[in-house]
Amino acid sequence: MIGFLLRRLALVVPTFIGITLLTFALVRLIPGDPIEMMAGERGIEPERHAELRAEMGLDDPLLIQYFSYIGDVLSGDLGKSVVTKTSVLDEFLSLFPATVELALCALFFAIVVGLPLGILAAVRRGSILDYSTMAVSLTGYSMPIFWWALLLILTFSVTLGWTPVSGRISVMFDVDAVTGFMLIDTLLAGEEGAFKSAASHLVLPAIALGTIPMAVVARMTRSSMLEVLSEDYIRTARAKGLSPFRVTNVHALRNALIPVVTVIGLAVGILFAGAILTETMFSWPGVGKWLVEAVRRRDYPTLQGGVLLVATVVIVVNVTVDLLYGLINPRIRHQK
Amino acid sequence: MNTKYFNLVLGTALALGVSASVSAKTLVYCSEGSPEGFNPSLYTAGTTFDASSRPIFNRLVEFERGATNIVPALAESWDVSPDGLSYTFKLRQGVKFHTTDDFTPSRDFNADDVLYSINRQFDPNHPDHKLSGGAYEYFNGMDMPALLKSVEKVDDHTVRFNLNKPEAPFLANLGMDFASIMSAEYADKMRAAGTPDLIDQNPVGTGPFQLTKYVKDSVIRYAAHPDYWAGKAKIDKLIYSITPDAAVRYAKLKAGECHVMPYPNPADLEEMKSTAGIMVMEQEGLNVGYLAFNTEKAPFSDKKVRQALNYAINKQAILDAVFLGAGKAAKNPIPPTIWSYNDAVKDYPYDPAKAKAMLAEAGVTDGLETNIWAMPVQRPYNPNARRMAELMQADLAKVGVNAKIVTYEWGEYLKRSKAGEHDMVLLGWTGDNGDPDNFLHVLLGCAAAQGANRARWCHKPFDDLLMQAKASTDIGERTKLYEEAQLIFKEEAPWYTIAHSVVFMPMSDKVVDYKIDPFGGHIFYGVDLK
Repeated sequence: MIGFLLRRLALVVPTFIGITLLTFALVRLIPGDPIEMMAGERGIEPERHAELRAEMGLDDPLLIQYFSYIGDVLSGDLGKSVVTKTSVLDEFLSLFPATVELALCALFFAIVVGLPLGILAAVRRGSILDYSTMAVSLTGYSMPIFWWALLLILTFSVTLGWTPVSGRISVMFDVDAVTGFMLIDTLLAGEEGAFKSAASHLVLPAIALGTIPMAVVARMTRSSMLEVLSEDYIRTARAKGLSPFRVTNVHALRNALIPVVTVIGLAVGILFAGAILTETMFSWPGVGKWLVEAVRRRDYPTLQGGVLLVATVVIVVNVTVDLLYGLINPRIRHQK
Repeated sequence: MNTKYFNLVLGTALALGVSASVSAKTLVYCSEGSPEGFNPSLYTAGTTFDASSRPIFNRLVEFERGATNIVPALAESWDVSPDGLSYTFKLRQGVKFHTTDDFTPSRDFNADDVLYSINRQFDPNHPDHKLSGGAYEYFNGMDMPALLKSVEKVDDHTVRFNLNKPEAPFLANLGMDFASIMSAEYADKMRAAGTPDLIDQNPVGTGPFQLTKYVKDSVIRYAAHPDYWAGKAKIDKLIYSITPDAAVRYAKLKAGECHVMPYPNPADLEEMKSTAGIMVMEQEGLNVGYLAFNTEKAPFSDKKVRQALNYAINKQAILDAVFLGAGKAAKNPIPPTIWSYNDAVKDYPYDPAKAKAMLAEAGVTDGLETNIWAMPVQRPYNPNARRMAELMQADLAKVGVNAKIVTYEWGEYLKRSKAGEHDMVLLGWTGDNGDPDNFLHVLLGCAAAQGANRARWCHKPFDDLLMQAKASTDIGERTKLYEEAQLIFKEEAPWYTIAHSVVFMPMSDKVVDYKIDPFGGHIFYGVDLK
């Protein structure tokens, strides 16, 4: 097990170097610089422009900029936003809980809906139920998030009036951020109706963000179940006279879950990518929306630091999932 | 056990507190983005001013709500010396600063606060000059460092600004957001406490609302300033619910989650106007969209060619197809809401035959190869530059001019067009201080011919008029000079003037007395709720 862990961790180092190089290069490949962006039509005197560039350290050769950036990162300093002048890490930490809360709820939706759909489709293979489930999941997978989000808002918030349009909680509630997780904070604050408001604000964004992972989980569960259901030991179990429910949900599902868990782990990446659009559509104050804004303002430190932090989270989750996978499936950890 | 009981009591108390405060008048504004910060002198974005200078701060002079004329604010009155070189302001007395968690003011507003607010930006040796990045782009952009000689305290309630040269628009500059007055006492206190950053993060001003809470990218909360010098605001609480997407803002307005929203999608306007409970206010914006000819390059250096191209483009088609009715044809470089707008100026009518003839006269025969630059972004004065460029391209082709459409990323576009790489460039301007000089001199003056003047046009008779107007403080005389300048502009045709866009503000019909700010701001003092 220790060897497995070390092997996995050793792979993380080159990944990190790759990420820093890539973000550093990409950010600088976007044309336009933050100062021109800030000045707009007004323009800026060339001398002042040069002065600001020097202040931001954009004058140094790229290699020097890169190494001084790496040096700062290693000493735990991700720099300050050129727009708000506050520490990138602080901004990230203040917004990250919102993204996690949304992502967890989306994942919850994906599993709670996707898993049963996949099992059902596999068990009733070839039936109308199977075809319609797979059609729905394919549609969900192909749907552009911003369009889907808008459709949900127009239907459930505007036409039916069941859910609020956007934000994390009704602006009428002023809840102090203790944990940063609105569902927990509203419970701690104990204001009447606040928890309900926070929960109802989560429904649509969680569905919008969770739809693609839901489709992935459903399809993966189906195909993995089908594979397992055709195994010999399932036939044996059936022959033993076990109830169909027990065969499917105990004997088959446990083995079928292995690839599904991997897919769920990988879904974390999908969730972060999706969060960028979902958060913008639902005015959700998380890191996705923050990064979009940073691109628009050419806020180099925020972009570099933000992407690095998000990548770190994705890597940590993936490594954890790999370890978990090793626990579920002993064959993995004994492999060379 | 005890703590549990205590929490229960506390919870009940909070719940009661909430139900009590619900009856207070709360206006929710679905704003379009997060402010960059709360010290308006550090930034240039309208979104930031909406959240900082407009609710939280006052200036010595301000613009009348919904208009562009200057009215007294923290200065009760002022005198300008006959040579136009010194401005003496008599300050209003009894003006209270906000009381916040960090700060309880011990004195009223006085001359020290004015000195602090201006000198922090002006004097590189000021202790707070470098605070929060210390880039005062608007102060610099309005040429204040070159203009200002000194600011002096005459007594506690009188300050004097001394200038290096007479400049009539100076007074209007002091009404701009960057000239907001901050508390010197608060700054001293925070510096002494070792937390100078708070000066800009937790602002203390004299304005109608005070900041109570900001949750990044989510919500900004304000409470009415109880001791506001011009009378407490009619609404008790003001909330900005940050909602970047226009379609979502509209959905929130319809669902009753906000009272006012800025920047609607033009395509939604028809539906908004016919939706019950929503009203849409509109007003021409303080802006102009134009196509500038690079007068340094042949054949655009020839006045005749520029005039011919003015005849060649169909303005009405652009208004219909690009502005979708949300624009008004522009004939002058300044919008009609600015004083001295010369309505006697005649625009070039659409006349392709005449254009062709004039081009031939100027020696430009069939097949002039040129380019039109189209901005990559949507701006208030140009909702779709690409589409506009295509229409222009088609019109120009009819008179034998082949224009290629060129575009760059926004920052690059601004930089390259400033360097004069274009033949014809689409751009525009939104006014800062309501003074004609802020359009004419900034965009067409000789001093800007290598910068914001995209036509790179330096015409002595025109420029002389502008310089004369700058030096005079007599508004009647200045009006005459600007009116004449507009006639010269039209005759010389350095631009093809396109449109002044119309600003739309959809809001709930519960909102009373909202006025559209010609400067593009969103102001809630004076607004009430039914």
